[in-house]
Amino acid sequence: MLELQNLNVFYGAIHALRDVSLKINEGEIVTLIGANGAGKTTTLRTISGIEKAQSGKLLYNGKELNSVSASEIVKLGICHVPEGRRVFSTMSVFENLEMGAYTRNDKVQIKKDMEHVFSLFPRLLERKNQMAGTLSGGEQQMLAIGRALLSKPKLLLLDEPSMGLAPLVVKEIFSIIKDINKDGTTILLVEQNANMALQCADRAYIIKNGEIDMEGNAQALLNDESVKNAYLGG
Amino acid sequence: MEQLIQQLVNGVSLGSIYALIALGYTMVYGIINLINFAHGDIYMIGAYIGFALTTFLHLGFFPALILSMLLTSMLGMVIEKVAYKPIRKSTRIAALITAISVSLFLEYGMMYFVKPETRTFPEVLPNKQISIFNTSAVLDIKNIYILVVTITLMLILQYVIYKTKVGKAMRAVSLDSDAAQLMGIDINKTISYTFAIGSALAGAAGVLVGSYYNSINPLMGVVPGLKAFVAAVIGGIGVIPGAVLGGFFLGFTETLVSAFGGSLYKDAVAFAVLILVLLIKPKGLLGRNIREKV
Ligand SMILES: Nc1ncnc2c1ncn2[C@@H]1O[C@H](COP(=O)(O)OP(=O)(O)O)[C@@H](O)[C@H]1O
Ligand SMILES: [Mg+2]
Repeated sequence: MLELQNLNVFYGAIHALRDVSLKINEGEIVTLIGANGAGKTTTLRTISGIEKAQSGKLLYNGKELNSVSASEIVKLGICHVPEGRRVFSTMSVFENLEMGAYTRNDKVQIKKDMEHVFSLFPRLLERKNQMAGTLSGGEQQMLAIGRALLSKPKLLLLDEPSMGLAPLVVKEIFSIIKDINKDGTTILLVEQNANMALQCADRAYIIKNGEIDMEGNAQALLNDESVKNAYLGG
Repeated sequence: MEQLIQQLVNGVSLGSIYALIALGYTMVYGIINLINFAHGDIYMIGAYIGFALTTFLHLGFFPALILSMLLTSMLGMVIEKVAYKPIRKSTRIAALITAISVSLFLEYGMMYFVKPETRTFPEVLPNKQISIFNTSAVLDIKNIYILVVTITLMLILQYVIYKTKVGKAMRAVSLDSDAAQLMGIDINKTISYTFAIGSALAGAAGVLVGSYYNSINPLMGVVPGLKAFVAAVIGGIGVIPGAVLGGFFLGFTETLVSAFGGSLYKDAVAFAVLILVLLIKPKGLLGRNIREKV
């Protein structure tokens, strides 16, 4: 479905991604894990068209995305839930969800999808008219995911959805991520919480200093000694 | 007392004009953090367009107002595209210098084309005056036109910003442009619309002032532009209701200072008020600082 071939991305003189290649098949949950500053966010930002690659290829169902604008990429079915949630703080929960459906015009279907999101996250329905900035961290994460779902993504990019959340909330979020995947959405999950991510995913890539260091079956990596030592706290 | 009533009436009109111009400042600042110093000059050009339409094409007040708003909104979009878009990622000082250059370009460009002298705006509004409560204070019908047009435009603006897709996109981009982009919002288009709306409001203010004072000149935008900027900052720059509040606040302050015999000092008072407000509320009267919860 999505394929990155030898992507190189720079921030000025900083070489953030070095020849990054990875592949995501339809229906999978793939996780990209790595330490802080390894280049996980940059990878997602490049896929969603916010950063542009200096070289390498970005292929989505065979179509090259390198020069496609961020808003077009959303229309093609890739939606990115950014690190730190980034909900629109002084807009209501409902308006945030409407923004998720920005690229769509099918009012009837949007309304149905809105109801679907509320059934996934009943707490959002209760807080429909509340300003997003007043929600708790977990609720904001739910809103950020719900907002992305309203763009009807085929591929959902999630950047550290567990960040700063209590363990119980993290569990809840991960179980919803699995549900979303079962409904047919392919997922690329970026996490620092490697343990949770590997348990949830089918396949995994480990990124280190901007380079893909390891890749493989998530279960296999979970049991790998070197991965255990480096990312799973021994 | 009569003097006071008279000045209050004037305060409403002056406040309306400041508020209309301040809205454009604050909207543009809200979306791209740029202080568009050329904004006062768009107001001036709006007045000239109104002048041309009423003088040469003999249009009435409302057609001239609407056409002028249309043309200034296009001018605003062109200025954004040509001057500001290429430097969107540069330093703030570069953006500021660019804005000042655009302002000077518009002022002296207009001076070249329309000559520096003051022009007389035709009488397009009914020239009727009503005495207030049988005092010698008068309410000029023009004051009512200014107020009604201003309120109407603000209601339309309110509707656009809170109820339409474009307006919601503007709010989203001004809150977090990266996140807005991830929702598929076209940032360039949204910024362009923001300039269009802000400039149309300034254009409307220009036509209102032209038909109220009947005199316009190429540098007429400098002082009101600066004052409207002050009004936007007093209200809290980037906050839309703040621009309206700041505009009326400044309008009333100035006319009250005049009512008590200080008309020579009204400009100084405007800036003194600015300093005072910023000392007490550094983000302006309605400026807010919502902290994200993590
Ligand atoms: N906007 C930016 N400007 C300059 N350098 C950046 C920027 N964003 C990220 N970087 C650098 O790029 C590298 C990768 O960052 P990032 O992709 O955010 O890592 P991660 O998400 O894995 O923590 C880091 O060295 C970081 O400092
Ligand atoms: Mg990151």
